[in-house]
Amino acid sequence: MFGLEFDQIFFVLIAAVTLGFSVLVVTMRNLFHAALALMVAFLGVAVTYVTLGAGFLAMAQLLVYIGAISILIIFGIMMTRRIMSAEEEPFNGQAGLAAFTAVIFFAFTTYVFINYWPAVPAVSPLAMAPEVDPAMIDNSVVLLGQAFVNPNAYVLPFEVASVMLLAALVGSVFIAKPRIQEAEA
Amino acid sequence: MDIMELLKSLLELDLGGYLQSVGTAVWVINLIGVLNLATACMIIVIFLIWLERKVIARMQDRIGPNRVGGKYGLLQSVADATKLLSKELITPAGVDRIPYNVAPVLIVVASLLTWAVIPLAPGVIGVDLNIAVFFVLAISSVSVVTFLLAGWGSNNKYALLGAFRAVAQMVSYEVPMIVSLLVPILLARSMSTVDIVEAQGIPFIVVVPLSALIFFISALAETGRTPFDLLEADSEIVAGFHIEYSGMKFAMFFLAEFLGTLFMSAFFVVIYLSGYRFFGVEELMIGGLHIGALLGFIVFVVKVFLVYFVFIWIRATLPRVRIDQLLNFNWKFLVPLSLVLLLTVAVMDKLFLADAAQIPKAAVLMVTNIVVGWVTVELLRRRDNDGQTAVSPITEEAVTAH
Repeated sequence: MFGLEFDQIFFVLIAAVTLGFSVLVVTMRNLFHAALALMVAFLGVAVTYVTLGAGFLAMAQLLVYIGAISILIIFGIMMTRRIMSAEEEPFNGQAGLAAFTAVIFFAFTTYVFINYWPAVPAVSPLAMAPEVDPAMIDNSVVLLGQAFVNPNAYVLPFEVASVMLLAALVGSVFIAKPRIQEAEA
Repeated sequence: MDIMELLKSLLELDLGGYLQSVGTAVWVINLIGVLNLATACMIIVIFLIWLERKVIARMQDRIGPNRVGGKYGLLQSVADATKLLSKELITPAGVDRIPYNVAPVLIVVASLLTWAVIPLAPGVIGVDLNIAVFFVLAISSVSVVTFLLAGWGSNNKYALLGAFRAVAQMVSYEVPMIVSLLVPILLARSMSTVDIVEAQGIPFIVVVPLSALIFFISALAETGRTPFDLLEADSEIVAGFHIEYSGMKFAMFFLAEFLGTLFMSAFFVVIYLSGYRFFGVEELMIGGLHIGALLGFIVFVVKVFLVYFVFIWIRATLPRVRIDQLLNFNWKFLVPLSLVLLLTVAVMDKLFLADAAQIPKAAVLMVTNIVVGWVTVELLRRRDNDGQTAVSPITEEAVTAH
């Protein structure tokens, strides 16, 4: 249909779902529903990863973004607002400025991708996408693991990220811990 | 001749191969496979409910269901399912429609999805992912969301409390579960369930018994069964997150619970009990017929039911724990223990046992596991004897505050 391949139709569908629910996230008046829409948007991104052959990344997206971050957001909403009745006004005074920034950012990234990113040519992206060796996709988890601990690859960012997460963990324990005076009183 | 080929493919559990050879489209074969697996799982659940009621009744010195379907009450759960199907669906006023209606569907879908990566017999698997274990963990973490949907959508305080408990419990027990699963992954050098089964010349329950124990306890908590069933503790919060559901919608939560437990049994068998393998019976060939596939499937089913029996046994034996006991036990005992175990096994495996043969390696790892477990228990006992009893700090604070 319209000279599109199955992959392309699928991508357009998934992209439409992801973008549609992203718009819902920022326009819905009920915060809980907005959080649910955010989950669907995350799921759309995960499906995109699967179509690109990045299974590990997709599962990490599910585990981290839907299984952890969305739940955290929902808990945050439930603990801080009278959510059962709240009908929030989705827009505030910054809406225009935010839209302007988003348009600028979109134009900038599109310009960079079209001119400086050879894997995504301006014409018919899927037709000219680089062929990936299937053996490499099958073995991707091993390659990823080795890249994480290889001094010539990503061991430094990996360690820095883990130290940062540890610091966040210690900080959250410190904040959540009852003060000594409070515990005595 | 065609009939013979069909029979042969059935005996070798290779119906897909036969259909392909007579020219059926691949997507039709895949669809048949998916429908078969999903339907089989749900039919087994009907049998499991009967089994569970009967076994628990026997353990409590009762007879259990004995009226419908002959002397043993075999058709009791069929009758129950029919009743639930024919009941009116009551939607309470004030529910949040979308989450309320989506939750029962999602929870069943999530518990069926994980079956895709279970190798049922040699060569019989939904899809052999290279990240199968990770896939299972990701799906089970997504199923946590459905509890929140149900609890919040019901617009009921008990349901919301049940959902909060469920989420706290699931998210907490995911940690020791993932860490203890890393041990077999480390030994098999792969996250694919097929590779893990193939790596178990000696079942991992013998090689790393402590990891198996931690996984089993976490699996109990993840499925929300006794002694960790406080997410639906009837005496405290009536029925937890599914209190406002009736008829078939309630049945779907029930179905998902049993599917989840059955899946955890199957997953335990695959990871720690060497799946369909049993002294090489799965490779048996008789007259050019790979009969081992069928035998392997039978071995797998028997093992799964044995593990499931232990689940029922525990349910009939242990009382429910309190929420603070549950969380303390997880964060102060299981998580540190599983981290220590992972570190010990990794160091032993790479530093000392890199060139060891299979049997000495397994023996050393088993002894290491037992030592780690024994030291932990001994440390806890010393601590208890020093006057620090099992009463948690939370309850002590609560008592002194009043």
